Amino acid sequence: MADRHPEPDSPELRARWGNFAWTEANAAKAREIVARYPAGRQRSAVMPLLDLAQRQVGAEENTQGWLPLPVMEYVATQLDMPIIRVLEVATFYTMYNIAPVGRFHVQVCGTTPCMLRGSDDILAACKAKGMKKGHTTADGLFTLTEVECMGNCASAPMVQINDDNYEDLTAERIEHILDELAAGRQPKTGTQEPGRHTVEPVGGPTSLTAMVSENHDYRGEW
Amino acid sequence: MPKVKVDGVELEVPAGATVLQACELAGKEIPRFCYHERLSIAGNCRMCLVEVKPGPPKPQASCALPASEGQEIRTDSEMVKKAREGVMEFLLINHPLDCPICDQGGECDLQDQSVAYGRGGSRYHEHKRAVTEKYMGPLIKTTMTRCIHCTRCVRFSEEIAGVDEIGALYRGETMQISTYLEKAAKHELSANVIDLCPVGALTSKPYAFEARPWELKKTLSIDVSDAIGANIRLDSRGREVLRILPRVNDDVNEEWLADRGRFMVDGLTRRRLDRPWLRRDGKLVAATWAEAFAAVASINPSASVAVVAGDLVDCETMFAAKQLAGALGSSLLEGRQTGLAYTASNLAAVAFNSTLGGIEESDAILIVGSQIRDEAPLLNARLRKAVKRGAKVFVIGPVWDTTYPATFLGEDASLLFNLPADVTEAFGAAAKPAIIIGGGALAKGALEAGLGFAERFNLVREGWNGFNVLHMAASRMGGLMLGYAQPGGLADLVAAKPRMVISLGADEVDWTKFADSMIVHIGHHGDKAAHAADVILPAAAFSEKDGTYVNTEGRVQFAERAVFAPGEAREDWTILRALADAFGVNVGFDSFEQLRAAMIAQVPALGQEGLAYYGALPAAPATADCAGTIGYPIKDPYLNNAIGRASPTLQRCSAELLHGELQAEAAE
Ligand code: SF4
Ligand code: FES
Ligand code: FES
Repeated sequence: MADRHPEPDSPELRARWGNFAWTEANAAKAREIVARYPAGRQRSAVMPLLDLAQRQVGAEENTQGWLPLPVMEYVATQLDMPIIRVLEVATFYTMYNIAPVGRFHVQVCGTTPCMLRGSDDILAACKAKGMKKGHTTADGLFTLTEVECMGNCASAPMVQINDDNYEDLTAERIEHILDELAAGRQPKTGTQEPGRHTVEPVGGPTSLTAMVSENHDYRGEW
Repeated sequence: MPKVKVDGVELEVPAGATVLQACELAGKEIPRFCYHERLSIAGNCRMCLVEVKPGPPKPQASCALPASEGQEIRTDSEMVKKAREGVMEFLLINHPLDCPICDQGGECDLQDQSVAYGRGGSRYHEHKRAVTEKYMGPLIKTTMTRCIHCTRCVRFSEEIAGVDEIGALYRGETMQISTYLEKAAKHELSANVIDLCPVGALTSKPYAFEARPWELKKTLSIDVSDAIGANIRLDSRGREVLRILPRVNDDVNEEWLADRGRFMVDGLTRRRLDRPWLRRDGKLVAATWAEAFAAVASINPSASVAVVAGDLVDCETMFAAKQLAGALGSSLLEGRQTGLAYTASNLAAVAFNSTLGGIEESDAILIVGSQIRDEAPLLNARLRKAVKRGAKVFVIGPVWDTTYPATFLGEDASLLFNLPADVTEAFGAAAKPAIIIGGGALAKGALEAGLGFAERFNLVREGWNGFNVLHMAASRMGGLMLGYAQPGGLADLVAAKPRMVISLGADEVDWTKFADSMIVHIGHHGDKAAHAADVILPAAAFSEKDGTYVNTEGRVQFAERAVFAPGEAREDWTILRALADAFGVNVGFDSFEQLRAAMIAQVPALGQEGLAYYGALPAAPATADCAGTIGYPIKDPYLNNAIGRASPTLQRCSAELLHGELQAEAAE
């Protein structure tokens, strides 16, 4: 049923990740994160620590990172909490990858606003590049996932790749972004619409226009 | 105490009550799935919706809404009816509706409530989701497509069992209930989730496809797998008990039952002694009752007879045997099969005085020589509650996993005289301090030292008695009340070199010590005593006779007969009565009623259901001798009695849950 499954437990998985431990820098970071929560509430740190662990795995593998079961177990012991509770968190939030991903994790938003603005084309463009939903390309570069609203509807359609959002996409624009990434260059993040900075109205406001130059009291007009 | 109106009727409800509880007080039935009195409130099934004013103009989940002054609650409005129908319809969207092949059928909350509150037809034509089965061990069968995600099982394992074995993975439509990596649920109370699960997602694996609930005869009985005396119901069909379920008794087991008590049921039909046997030339051969009695009568022991009571026997059997021995002129009675010899002259000193419910209120508890999870799983659930309320727990004895914070002080019993400062401080400051002395400590002479501890820290005070002995045998307190205790314990019997020893299902005795005696075994399972016996007289198991049991608190409880004993086996008291005839003595009863009346005349407390009063604690002796490394007596909590050892299910539990890891490691 669920289309996400943790990478199955196997001797190979244990051999590869069984000795996972924080790097020195991350150990310091983990201490700092745990210290943010009141004594006795260390478990609250489970989400940031899972993220940290995912990033460390990513750094080791040169991918976006994911959470092998032994790594989740490591986080559980760090916080002295039952492993099932950690697995619950990791399986609940899609930002945790519970199976291996590629160098770039392409998360295409397919929820209504993005869909109305052409997310189908974006998906098609990704697929044309050889990606397949839920899979990693053979070169290990791209993993494609369709996700629900990322809160960027004002600049829909959008795609999240690792830590960056790319908005106001068209098929050509996403192709360009993917090519740049594949070539090892960092494309411009955020909106791809020339002249647009963030999510301000394209071509000037169409509503509340009287508010542009001064504070206007609309109440009398309602 | 807020006043609320439920369907127009005004009533006062206790402060802190929820709207659901208020409706119940008003006599209204509120359908529910996730809400359970003994678990935390989850509020996720939405079946309990009612209309509440003042509040938003929409139905509200009554289980999670506090009742407050002036609320007007409606459970009978059109809005409520539609809301219930709607929730029911949503719940059934992804439910397989496979009632004909579901073991929960006939006792399923979902079935009952969809009949009562559903709309009676489906409008859903799309695909239903399906969820793969999750392995949860030898006891719990899962059909997770049926799960409605009430999370009762998750909350039980976290809150009551205290082990966090079960969790809810994924989210939304893809949510699934599972243990980590589908490992077996190992906790000794784990099977209670079968009762808790409101649908057929978690059912009993050994009982799968055995019977429908309406085919079963229900008999009220008492669990004999430990000394807690959990109240149980025996569900039987024809001559076989098919399952054991807990009954609600807040004073004893609340509504839980230990797994071994629940699943020893299939041991009741296996390895049974269903005909008399005689030892001829060192070998047991089948015999008739007449031959067996003749063989016993041939050695008329007169006063040279001793009786050893086993862990599972009822008071009536012990009383009948006592009368028989008495008529022959002997008072050599003993029930402490492993040789314990603590003083039992004052029963208050060997009872669980704070009571099982009372221990929850204790704020400092010292456990001496007891692995509570093995010896009395249900008590451990109580101790967890005490700890949640802030109790400090200290343990003398080898380390075990308590499921709550506890301080292990060391393994030597002499620590009782030599307590570290934090213990003495905690007990000095405690309002309701308690000590729990287990069998492992009794063996090291901790009873007297415990009494000293009780005096030192004032364990008995106004409205509180914190001196507790935790027994492990269902027959123990009854046996002690009936005088089944020699000053020197079993050793006195051995030293007396009786010509005949009568075993009342005494399967834990080292029978080699009685090599020169004729061993007459009155028992129901072909277990250890049967191998040593010279004469085997087949008797009834606890499910096959009426009987009185006294739990470790001194609580007298009655069990009823569910089925008849198999084959030629008879109820124990009739065998003892017939033996009296064989020996030509008079025991003073001819019927069970007369037997019971005579027993009550001798020990009046046994006639009164409820806590027996044992008087005040004795004064602590001036000197107490208590030393030695404590060991826990129960080696295998699943196979701790003859019925359990005969049960394939419990054998599997023992192999898989206790020894499984070792085997797996050896195989690698
Ligand atoms: S398995 Fe049963 S008890 Fe557990 S969440 Fe599902 S329906 Fe509830
Ligand atoms: S719908 Fe795509 S970001 Fe909101
Ligand atoms: S019983 Fe109230 S929401 Fe489930």
